[in-house]
Amino acid sequence: MKSIAELEAIRQRTLLRMNLNGEDPNGDIRVVVGMATCGIAAGARPVMQGFIEEINRRGLSHVTVGQTGCIGMCRLEPMVDVYVPGSGKVTYVHMTPEKVARVVAEHIVNGRPVAEFTIGAAEENKSSDR
Amino acid sequence: MEIYRAHVLCCSGTDCTASGSTQIFERFEQLIKEKGLEKEVKVISTGCFGLCKDGPIVVVYPDGTCYSHVKPEDVDEIVSEHLAKGRPVQRLIRNKETEQEAAGKTLEDNEFYRHQKRIALRNCGIIDPENIDEYLAMDGYKALEKALTKMTREEVIDEVLRSGLRGRGGGGFPTGLKWKFTYNSQADQKYVACNADEGDPGAFMDRSVLEGDPHSVLEAMAIAGYAIGASEGYIYVRAEYPIAVKRLEIAIAQAHDYGLLGKNIFGTGFDFDIKIRLGAGAFVCGEETALMRSIEGKRGEPIPRPPFPAVKGLFAKPTMLNNVETYANVAQIILKGADWFSAMGTERSKGTKVFALGGKINNTGLVEVPMGTPLRTIVYDIGGGIPNGKKFKAVQTGGPSGGCLPTELLDTPVDYDNLVEAGSMMGSGGMIIMDEDNCMVDIARFFLEFTVDESCGKCTPCRVGTRRMLEILNRIVEGKGTMEDLDKLEELAAGIKSTALCGLGQSAPNPVLSTLKYFRNEYVAHIVDHVCPAHHCRALLQYIIETSKCRGCTACMKVCPAGAIEGEVRKPHYIDPSKCIKCGACMETCVFKAIQRK
Ligand SMILES: Cc1cc2nc3c(=O)[nH]c(=O)nc-3n(C[C@H](O)[C@H](O)[C@H](O)COP(=O)(O)O)c2cc1C
Repeated sequence: MKSIAELEAIRQRTLLRMNLNGEDPNGDIRVVVGMATCGIAAGARPVMQGFIEEINRRGLSHVTVGQTGCIGMCRLEPMVDVYVPGSGKVTYVHMTPEKVARVVAEHIVNGRPVAEFTIGAAEENKSSDR
Repeated sequence: MEIYRAHVLCCSGTDCTASGSTQIFERFEQLIKEKGLEKEVKVISTGCFGLCKDGPIVVVYPDGTCYSHVKPEDVDEIVSEHLAKGRPVQRLIRNKETEQEAAGKTLEDNEFYRHQKRIALRNCGIIDPENIDEYLAMDGYKALEKALTKMTREEVIDEVLRSGLRGRGGGGFPTGLKWKFTYNSQADQKYVACNADEGDPGAFMDRSVLEGDPHSVLEAMAIAGYAIGASEGYIYVRAEYPIAVKRLEIAIAQAHDYGLLGKNIFGTGFDFDIKIRLGAGAFVCGEETALMRSIEGKRGEPIPRPPFPAVKGLFAKPTMLNNVETYANVAQIILKGADWFSAMGTERSKGTKVFALGGKINNTGLVEVPMGTPLRTIVYDIGGGIPNGKKFKAVQTGGPSGGCLPTELLDTPVDYDNLVEAGSMMGSGGMIIMDEDNCMVDIARFFLEFTVDESCGKCTPCRVGTRRMLEILNRIVEGKGTMEDLDKLEELAAGIKSTALCGLGQSAPNPVLSTLKYFRNEYVAHIVDHVCPAHHCRALLQYIIETSKCRGCTACMKVCPAGAIEGEVRKPHYIDPSKCIKCGACMETCVFKAIQRK
């Protein structure tokens, strides 16, 4: 059983770790994969596995891979958010295991988001998709 | 570990070093020491930022300002202005636009999100649903703490009542009133229950909440348990939602671990526990009395009300049943107050509603908007309109119990009462968009087929009446209907609505009635002209080869699976209507566009 004070400590600690707005420059980079039914059906599991493997292979100990639920844009799944401390969140859409290596190399290691995989790019190309 | 107010990251990649980043690093260290800032600001030499063409690069955190083409003489200004006074040196900031472009737009910039207001879905897609710490970090279980330690049971009920929250499971009954009725019932044992059966075709908001934020439901159920005086809760969730079930199980175990469920919560003497019951996926088991029978292990059939569950529900004890999305709002109401919640929405429908957008719409998915948002905003601004340049025809709300609303009603502000007035209903929030290719008679037939399948058979109007209606509709889509059939449909509908035992039968005629009201011309076209205006109903379709356009290439003949096309090479072909199965393969194949569907 946790006391009210202990719960509050967990809240503060976790908020810092989640670093949603990137305010803690020393935090870990977080890769968060949408793993609700819509994401999984679109192939989120192998994407998540791909991130875990690639990050282990490169020995990136400051990167964690996690999961989340459905953000609502089910047609763009699998979706992956990359939270980089100090620079906020970038959302990748229609992810595949093949795209993972580039996101890890260019964004996570070199700090350059892969623009063409992001939601911004997907929305711009929307009309040509169809 | 020392805590610094700011960090200066100097790139020491090959390119930046070549263009002088070492001197920049040293100059920073020197100046910071001179100004006595070394306990506040830390200078770090980092790896490549990947912005080599703009180097040397210096990034200052916490704000993340990125300076490019920095020269050693610029360092003085960065230290005295930015680090000492907090004013970034504008002239050195790397071109913001290119940076923005590189990162692409964020999710929140998206048109899809701009009109949304997320309360029930506040944590979905943000937190890890299998980690209670992340729920806690988003102020999780603070509402339970507040309710148990700072509020009386009556105050909790009053807050929910004043918020104006109404049931999100379909009926729209005021949630606070339901809590109050159950609170007023005297019994040695009461129950809190959660309806996670979600049977409406096309609706998946409850699944999304359970998969993305299960603790929000557990917390609200515990608050409800405290308010009405129950120590046990049941979640009835369909077995087709295995991920939701698994995450609920994990969440319950974690909440137990932290003492947020179980005995003596927050040391207040309040005990509360939650059990999961799996449903086998019958639509009628979403109806509250049938659901409770099913939890008891009996056949899931509705029983007449009264007595209402608030008086005699689960195991014949007073029971308070709410829907998943209803619960997902509760913790926020307790934390932020009734006034905050009731400031959103319309006169009689407060807060937000989650809709599952599906059908002929570009942005299929889940959206949460304030009550009173016009249908047009949902369909066009958020939903991105109709794909393939087709024309909007109707939006179906409320699933099999709801109705179809036409273009003229697109400016209706969506709330419980407006939808009912328009001949539909909120239901659980499924929203299926139809375009010019959808036949409204066939849509009505589809939903009726669903209710016929799902009728439990206990009462005659629903068991027999809906089947008779379906038979009529089947006749009409085959072009064998009569105008008297339309009167019969309306008569049967009125009878079923007023005599069926439960909501399933009472609302089953709605899709037929609303299409008869708004799209009567389509019924008439099927009956009188024997045509389906949307070219959808197979029995009424005809494929014809225009002889003037046909070159006699034989492509259609080769592709026809029924051997219905006759003709010689280089002479116009002909489709034999008695053999044609109306699959449309010939039309797709013809490069001369000589084949027409009528
Ligand atoms: C045929 C039928 C199916 C229903 N299915 C559901 C359902 O899947 N989920 C749900 O929450 N409510 C469903 N309801 C409504 C419930 O009976 C009940 O009103 C609701 O769960 C109460 O919760 P609320 O007040 O929070 O909406 C259904 C009702 C009927 C008549």
